[in-house]
Amino acid sequence: MPETPLLEIRDLSINFATENGTVEAVKGISFTVSKGETLAVVGESGSGKSVTGLALTRLLPEPPTIYKSGEIILEGRSVLKMSPRELRNIRGNKIAYIFQEPSTSLNPVFTIRNQIAEAIKLHRPEVRDIDAEVIKYLDLVGIIDPAKRLHDYPHQLSGGMQQRVMIAMALSCQPDLLVADEPTTALDVTIQAQIMDQLRDLKKQVNMSIILITHNFGIISGIADRVAVMFRGKIVEYGDTRTVLSNPQHPYTKALIQCIPQPGQKRERLATIDHAALEATI
Amino acid sequence: MLSYVLRRLLYAVPIVLGVIAITFLLFNVLQTPQAAATLVLGPKASQQARAEWIKNRGLDKPKSEQFVKHVKNMATFNFGTSWKSGRELNEVFRTGVGPSLMITIPGFLAGLIGGVGLALYQVFVRNSLLDRSITLWAVALMSVPTVVYIIFLQAIGALMLNYFPASGFDWRGLETLKFVALPIIIMAVVNLGSDVRLYRTIFMEEITQDYVRTALAKGLSSGHVLGVHVFKNGLIALITLTVGSLPALITGSLLIENFFGIPGLGNVLVLAIGTGDQPVVMASVYLGSLLYIASLILTDICYALADPRIRLS
Amino acid sequence: MEALFTHWLTQNLLVLAGFSLIAWMLWSASHHERWRRAWLRFRSDRGGIIALVVVGIYLILGALEVLSFPTKGGGTRTVLDLFVGGVPAEKSYSAPLATRLLSEAKPDPVKATHLLGTDALGKDVFVETLKACKTALIIGGLTAAIYIPLGTLFGILAGYFRRRVDDLIQYVYTTLASIPTILLLVAIILVLGKGLGTMSFALGLTAWVGLCRLIRGETLRQAERPYITAARALGQSHWNIITRHILPNVLHLVVINFVLGFSGIVLAESVLSYLGVGTPVGTPSWGNMIDSGRSELSRDPMVWWNLVSATVALFGLVLSLNLVGDSLRRAFDPKRG
Repeated sequence: MPETPLLEIRDLSINFATENGTVEAVKGISFTVSKGETLAVVGESGSGKSVTGLALTRLLPEPPTIYKSGEIILEGRSVLKMSPRELRNIRGNKIAYIFQEPSTSLNPVFTIRNQIAEAIKLHRPEVRDIDAEVIKYLDLVGIIDPAKRLHDYPHQLSGGMQQRVMIAMALSCQPDLLVADEPTTALDVTIQAQIMDQLRDLKKQVNMSIILITHNFGIISGIADRVAVMFRGKIVEYGDTRTVLSNPQHPYTKALIQCIPQPGQKRERLATIDHAALEATI
Repeated sequence: MLSYVLRRLLYAVPIVLGVIAITFLLFNVLQTPQAAATLVLGPKASQQARAEWIKNRGLDKPKSEQFVKHVKNMATFNFGTSWKSGRELNEVFRTGVGPSLMITIPGFLAGLIGGVGLALYQVFVRNSLLDRSITLWAVALMSVPTVVYIIFLQAIGALMLNYFPASGFDWRGLETLKFVALPIIIMAVVNLGSDVRLYRTIFMEEITQDYVRTALAKGLSSGHVLGVHVFKNGLIALITLTVGSLPALITGSLLIENFFGIPGLGNVLVLAIGTGDQPVVMASVYLGSLLYIASLILTDICYALADPRIRLS
Repeated sequence: MEALFTHWLTQNLLVLAGFSLIAWMLWSASHHERWRRAWLRFRSDRGGIIALVVVGIYLILGALEVLSFPTKGGGTRTVLDLFVGGVPAEKSYSAPLATRLLSEAKPDPVKATHLLGTDALGKDVFVETLKACKTALIIGGLTAAIYIPLGTLFGILAGYFRRRVDDLIQYVYTTLASIPTILLLVAIILVLGKGLGTMSFALGLTAWVGLCRLIRGETLRQAERPYITAARALGQSHWNIITRHILPNVLHLVVINFVLGFSGIVLAESVLSYLGVGTPVGTPSWGNMIDSGRSELSRDPMVWWNLVSATVALFGLVLSLNLVGDSLRRAFDPKRG
């Protein structure tokens, strides 16, 4: 008997009421995430992938966001029907986030110890020795000499370290699901690889579900169990990673995969995507 | 840090010299020594009395010599005496500070506390009708000339209702409050309008930052995010601005003091301008410029201390 | 020279020139993306539009008072006079819509209905208030004509060339700013004599500092941008870079500062009148009306209509200008609404 999935999205549609009219950001998407599973949501800017990620705990500002239809079911409960207090309960606790720009996503006037401690105090009040707990998580994400770093401010750390701190902060609440919104996009390629390795390790250690939002097909192998490809607010392909990568069905997926430069390839021009033509296919 | 402060102080010297030079020039163009003598001694004074008066004050010496002496005096805070009253200027300033501060400090605090409170609340309910109403009301408050506030409140509070004295000032313990109540109210109202708008801008700037989204994603309530995260970041700009206006509090509001007959530093200056009392004006302007420069330096220091990004770089 | 300037034909031409200038500015703005977008946002702000209309009404009233034509008798009348002139003056005070003069001894009947009463000289307060629009607009306009070019020019120079130029300009404006504004204003006006021209000159001299600082800050920010470095690398002259790249990008700040500054200037006029260095006594001005209102309030019976009328008129203009300024700020930078 299949286990109830941790998170289930059913036919979700999200609109924005802007000064230029209504924007349909997400149009009727559906997917599930099971316990311990990693789902990659791949798409270009504007595909609606970040909006989907933020919608899971209703982090989108409520005017102008309108949840037009559909369901977000977390452990059997509907997120869209939750009260503000219930929402605050699941944020961090059940679903934690890491964002694209770690340098601006961390508060510049608080030490990293205080920012992580704030999360721990909020969701795990039973913890006695907060400093030890903070050090434990900083160590977990691979920060060297964490005890010395406790009272540093975010600007004193490099980009890669800042992102690790964000991951530590997210993990310290012991969430069931981690939503990583373009976690490596703002970092150097070498640091990107390090962070992805870190996430892979954590996945093994902590048995946490992950939703990895990215535009880069290249980073999902080895970590994502399933992948959902988004284009213009819709999911055009959804399946097991190996299958999708080796045998893509939808023309958009094919085009995206073709864009990944292969070492040793003899090509004169990089492949591009013809959006106009693909519009017709969705 | 120390070298930074010293450098700023060094830059201040030519500025202060410039200020002294400009005021010296202004007065020498505005008033010939003859005119000054007539103003002080009265039009009926004899030619001889005037000549003696001018000689006594060294006003017949060449301008360049006068200027050098003047600069020396200012530098040593040797302000001399008032032409009109003959009082030692140091004493005049000392007794004037108290009344000025009695009015400006409460007014300043009212603007600060009320302004920050209202601004944070506005950000909490941002873009709602309430938010816009508060802004409208603040702008309206700012759009009335100070003179009108003074005239109206004086007419209503003092003349019609007779609660407060129309003008005057005296140190009478708790009774002193009666004299400064109306001025403080006016000061507070005038400050509140512009402060609310300013602080709202500061906090609104913060609310759009990424770290706010992270804080909310952690599960913190809007109130906590606003009161702790946004506030502490906004505090940097806030401190910078408010500390910068502290030295100006000492000089007091010229209009309010003059109107209500409060013997503060502001009134001292206004009366001195009116009576052509040169030493008082020169000394007041000199002190005023020192305070202004002090406020600039204080602002820079505070900014460097409050923002960890600058402090620890 | 004075006679030429006050001749009715010159005045009319000036008004025409002024409005043409405004029209030209609006026309050229409509060709720039940034201004078009800002206009769209501004348009949807109902409060801002209403405020703009109110400012427009004041502008028209002021213009009507400047536009004049010669009469058969040899004098001149303004267009505003056509609408509200012809109200005969009384001997002295009378209350709004009163039927008798205010004097205790001989309350004679009034010669005509005065909406807002009459002042000490018997002039109709409503008409005086309307006429004072012209004074406020002239002071604001002249002051702006002085402080805006000064502030913008030195701000850009300081921010773009930095180092010595910046040091010098900063020295000048810090020194100026250290001197209490009121003292500077009073001193300049006493030296140059009272009058609208000297008032505007003095106000302009003290107002340019604020704008200079603002433009300097923005220029510093802009000059850091890579596109400026690219322009230099392509061999663009300083003049070209300033006029083509920097100036258009700071212009919106100038406009916002102008609108908000105008309201400050109008308010400053009332302070100057209180201190006795305001508009000369013959010229209708709100500042003078408020100043005379001060002593009038303590009369028995109390004469309040002069003060109230001027305050309401002044408040209306200043409030509207502030609201328009706020709306403009939001229109150009919606995030900081």
